[in-house]
Amino acid sequence: MNTISSSIARIVAICVKEVTQLRRDRLTFAMVVAIPLMQLLMFGYSINTKVRHIPIAVCDHSASSFSRQLIEDVQASQVVTVTTRAGNPNQLHTMVQNGVVSAGLYIPIDSERRYYSDNGEAIAQLIVDGSDTVMASALKALGHFPFLPGGVSSFTHNPGDISVTLLYNPAQRSELNTVPGLLGLILTMTMVMFTAVAIVRERERGNMELLIATPVKTAELMIGKLIPYVVIGMIQMTIILWLGYLLFQVPVAGSWWLLIGSCLVFIFANLGLGLVLSTVAPNQMGAMQLFIFIFLPSILLSGFMFPYAGMPEVAQKIAEALPMTHFMRIVRGIILRDAQFEGIQTDLLFLALFFVGTLTLAILRFRQRLD
Amino acid sequence: MSDPVIKVEGLTKKFGSFTAVNDVSMEIRRGQVHGFVGPNGSGKTTTIRMMCGLMIPTSGMVTVLGMSVPEQAKLVRCHVGYMTQRFSLYEDMTVRENMAFLCRVHGFGHKRRIERIDEVLEQFDLVPLADRRVGPMSGGQKRRIALGAAILTEPELLILDEPTSEVDPNTRREMWGHFFDLAQAGSTLLVTTHLMDEAERCHRLTVMNQGEVVADGSVDRLKEELPATVLEVSGGEVTPLVNDISTLEGVLAVNQVGTVIRVLTRDASITNQIAMAIPQSFSISEVPVTIEDVFVSATRDGSRA
Repeated sequence: MNTISSSIARIVAICVKEVTQLRRDRLTFAMVVAIPLMQLLMFGYSINTKVRHIPIAVCDHSASSFSRQLIEDVQASQVVTVTTRAGNPNQLHTMVQNGVVSAGLYIPIDSERRYYSDNGEAIAQLIVDGSDTVMASALKALGHFPFLPGGVSSFTHNPGDISVTLLYNPAQRSELNTVPGLLGLILTMTMVMFTAVAIVRERERGNMELLIATPVKTAELMIGKLIPYVVIGMIQMTIILWLGYLLFQVPVAGSWWLLIGSCLVFIFANLGLGLVLSTVAPNQMGAMQLFIFIFLPSILLSGFMFPYAGMPEVAQKIAEALPMTHFMRIVRGIILRDAQFEGIQTDLLFLALFFVGTLTLAILRFRQRLD
Repeated sequence: MSDPVIKVEGLTKKFGSFTAVNDVSMEIRRGQVHGFVGPNGSGKTTTIRMMCGLMIPTSGMVTVLGMSVPEQAKLVRCHVGYMTQRFSLYEDMTVRENMAFLCRVHGFGHKRRIERIDEVLEQFDLVPLADRRVGPMSGGQKRRIALGAAILTEPELLILDEPTSEVDPNTRREMWGHFFDLAQAGSTLLVTTHLMDEAERCHRLTVMNQGEVVADGSVDRLKEELPATVLEVSGGEVTPLVNDISTLEGVLAVNQVGTVIRVLTRDASITNQIAMAIPQSFSISEVPVTIEDVFVSATRDGSRA
């Protein structure tokens, strides 16, 4: 009993020291709040895979009621907005080339005749700047645009069409996908980074000789260093979810307790990973470099940016080893689909084991000696 | 009272093919200020680190306060105050915060912590600095703080690695005052230094050179037993004579101190040879041995100091 209470006293001592140092370190302190804020705003507003109001130019050689209706109907899709007029197809091409517009619509003089002829001729041509793939695919869809000249009866039904129904996020708002993903990204970034320098900093600044000459045990040191960052992680989680709701109306469909619990497990997993890096790195700079090795695949392979299912098998295998991949599944499940514990338990178990594994490794790797 | 607080036998530490400490044996007795001197890189800090269990010896035996190190290093750490050569307190925390951290780590309760910190701050004249961050302070202030931190837990044994480097003469004098007060109060101190006036003050001395103990004993005995005689040459411009004298057979070391040359020789019989080598206007006389002479004669082979 006595050993446990003195052990707790030492853990508290480390915690108090860490918090004192954190308070002094303005830059780190600013990162705690500024990173969630900045990332949320930047990603939330800029990652937008749904394209609207692409500027296009029109060259209308038909100049008939038919062509005018075509232009209006194309704009009614809201995908494009006609911003410029061009006199001839060459001018149209130059505008696309120079980036003045993203596409050019050319309506030939016999457009209406083509429409009513039976040989399937195209009625107009859309010259698309293909350099942005997301935009290009949105514009390509315009090729199959259901155009009915003079038609009030727009509601035609082609039996051959496939009717698509979108479950969860029916409006295809990318923020709904991005904000939960950001929770994972920001927690990975800050948690791993903070702890990656935590131990190596003591070594670099010369405090290690003092620290290991005290009765503090390795496990006490590690746990004492983790606890303040767990609190920081929870603060960041609150900021992200609250702002996500306030700015992007991202609701939480599932259980709050499950969400908070999962975040906590994920925070621990990241802190454990950071501690391992800290015992490997020769100095703080080295720790940051190692951190980049973890962070890049976490962004690119975890499913945050690109769909996991679309990745080659090797990339998927690597992704499975990253805590972020598992957290992506958990958090999108809970926030967007109201996933239940049964649905996320394997990913949660992975994160929990990951934490136990990394913490053990960090404790084993850390030597309370100078040689 | 005569039981050794630290007992080291056949201690060796190798880093790859380099032997930093070679077969060192020494004893430090209770209630004494034991000086540990030697040139830079002679293995003092490595020996100290092995005593504290911060490094594992390649071979040999260390017993501190009756406990064997490194086996019982964790227990030893509760009873030893260690002041590192490089300042190792947290520079981004205040003096009081650093001390509070160490008290907490040693399991002091709230009340005892506050009282003891105030006591130490008072004792080392640190009250005006107490709530300032340690980082920007001067070398001397940092040393005083580090010493205060080392004695915070009232350890039986204090190991101080170059406690007075970067310290002005007044603070140095003051710190040595503290050392003797602490010894008087029953603590044992092991102090490394390469300042000879400090070595002279110690109860006992161990001199290390190139990883080996080359002299060990009380200051007076070391001086008495020095197998050499010191001659002083004076009476004019002595600088041009240094070379002439140092090439003579039987001369161990030549050192100019102001307007005189101190010549360390095997015995006084060389006096005549010196007299012949220099102009007659100079006088030669035998003078008492200082601890510096002990140091120089013990460490002059391949000395890196």
